[in-house]
Amino acid sequence: MLQIANLDVFYGDAQALDAVSLEVAEGVIVAIVGANGAGKTSLIRTIAGMNRPRAGTIHFRGQDIAGWPSFKVCDLGIGQVAEGRQVFPTLSVAENLEMGAMLPRARAHRERNRDRVLSLFPILAERSKQAAGTLSGGEQQMLAIARCLMGEPQLVMFDEPSLGLAPAIVQDVLRTIVQLNKEGLTCILVEQNVAVSLKIASHAYVLENGRIVMSGTGGELLGNDKVREAYLGM
Amino acid sequence: MKKLLIDGVPGHGWLMLAVTTALLLAAPLFVNDYLITVLILIFYFAYAGQAWNIMMGFAGQLSLGHALYVGLGAYAAAGLYVHFGVGPWIGMGAAIIISGVVAVILGYLAFRFGVGGVYFAILTIAFAEFARIGFDHIKFLGASSGLFLPVKQYVSNDLWSLRGKPVMFYYLMLVLMLVALGICRMLLRSRLGYYWRAIREDEQAAQSLGIDVFRCKMYAVVISAAMTSVAGVFFAFYYNNLFPEQVFHISRSIEIILGPIIGGIGTLVGPIVGAFVLTIFSEGMTELLEVFKLTSPGAKQVFYGIALLVVILLMPHGIWPPIARALGLAEKSGEGKPTDEKP
Repeated sequence: MLQIANLDVFYGDAQALDAVSLEVAEGVIVAIVGANGAGKTSLIRTIAGMNRPRAGTIHFRGQDIAGWPSFKVCDLGIGQVAEGRQVFPTLSVAENLEMGAMLPRARAHRERNRDRVLSLFPILAERSKQAAGTLSGGEQQMLAIARCLMGEPQLVMFDEPSLGLAPAIVQDVLRTIVQLNKEGLTCILVEQNVAVSLKIASHAYVLENGRIVMSGTGGELLGNDKVREAYLGM
Repeated sequence: MKKLLIDGVPGHGWLMLAVTTALLLAAPLFVNDYLITVLILIFYFAYAGQAWNIMMGFAGQLSLGHALYVGLGAYAAAGLYVHFGVGPWIGMGAAIIISGVVAVILGYLAFRFGVGGVYFAILTIAFAEFARIGFDHIKFLGASSGLFLPVKQYVSNDLWSLRGKPVMFYYLMLVLMLVALGICRMLLRSRLGYYWRAIREDEQAAQSLGIDVFRCKMYAVVISAAMTSVAGVFFAFYYNNLFPEQVFHISRSIEIILGPIIGGIGTLVGPIVGAFVLTIFSEGMTELLEVFKLTSPGAKQVFYGIALLVVILLMPHGIWPPIARALGLAEKSGEGKPTDEKP
């Protein structure tokens, strides 16, 4: 579904991604793990069209989308749930959801999609008229995911969905991702919570200083000594 | 269009609008010439404030250089009139086009290269200052010694050439202010208005949802600039003289933005309420200080500044939002639904 080859991204003179290549097959969960500053968010932003790569290709369903503006990338069906949740704080929950369905493609089905995400996250229906900024951290994360789904994506990139959430809520969020994946959604999961993300991922890449240093199935990496030492503290 | 402009205003909202409009329409029959000029000033600030509010209040892009568009509009129409005898209504078209083009350049420079926040505000100041200094050297437009429109004693009002008594400008500016209110309501409730709100709240999030942030911000800058330049046309034909030092000066820009700030940024009625409150207050202060013989230079500015400070401290969101809530006119959050209509 998504093939990335030799992607180079720079911020000024500083190189954020160095010849990154990876592949995401349809219907899977791919985890990208790595320390702070390894380039995980840069990778997501580049796929989303918010950073321009200096070199390399990003093929989505056979089309090279490297350097496309973000609104066109979104329109292809690549959604993202950005780090830090980023809900619109003074808008109500209902309005936030509407904002997710602004693409012409998704607008036609917004009633149906709203019913779907509200059945997925019943708490949002209860909070419908409340300003999004007044929700708890976990509820905001649910809203961010629901809002993304309103845009009918086929591939969703989750950037640190568990950041700053209580452990019980983290479980809820990850269970939701697995659930969505079972319903056919392809997912890219960027997490610092390496153990959990490797468990639910079918394939994973380890990013270090902007380079992919290792890849394999989630199980393989979980069993790898280097990974265990560097990311799991074992 | 009807859906965006008319729907959703409660009955008593229409009543208040009708009563206010009727009072203002009838006012010239009762009030003296001095009050007419004060009201013209109020309408001017209400109009320009609404235009500025589109950029800052709706789309979250702070302009501190709106004098640029006032000046460009004023010079475009006045220059065409003085040198080529082209009437102000056609000049208005030129004013809109010139301001629009300049706004496109400014917006492109800023948004293409990721200039945001305070840096964007500084860029708007730079453009206005550049125009102020640049126009000082355009001999054709009078340079620093000013451009003057021919003035004579008018027996009748010439609406086509905008030559006439203050009362003609009174009605024109009143209409302009009300038309702007209609335009702003349609914009705010349109799909574009929702995109703007998203960008104002969180630009990154808006981008990640597939909103074409660059284009939406460009629309805000260009619409705001074009509307502001129309105020400039009336400025020129009302005052009949233009000096770069005066019309492009940063204090012009600040004057424009005080109304919306005091009235309520991002609200529809706030800029109008702010213009009334500030202008009446400023004029009243002049009178009051004369009564108390406090006529030393700067005294008015000091008291004016203190008063602004108090308003901002007591009502950080402006005067209008609490009034709107009390009157039941506030736009209810949670019931907003982006429509499919285009403005």
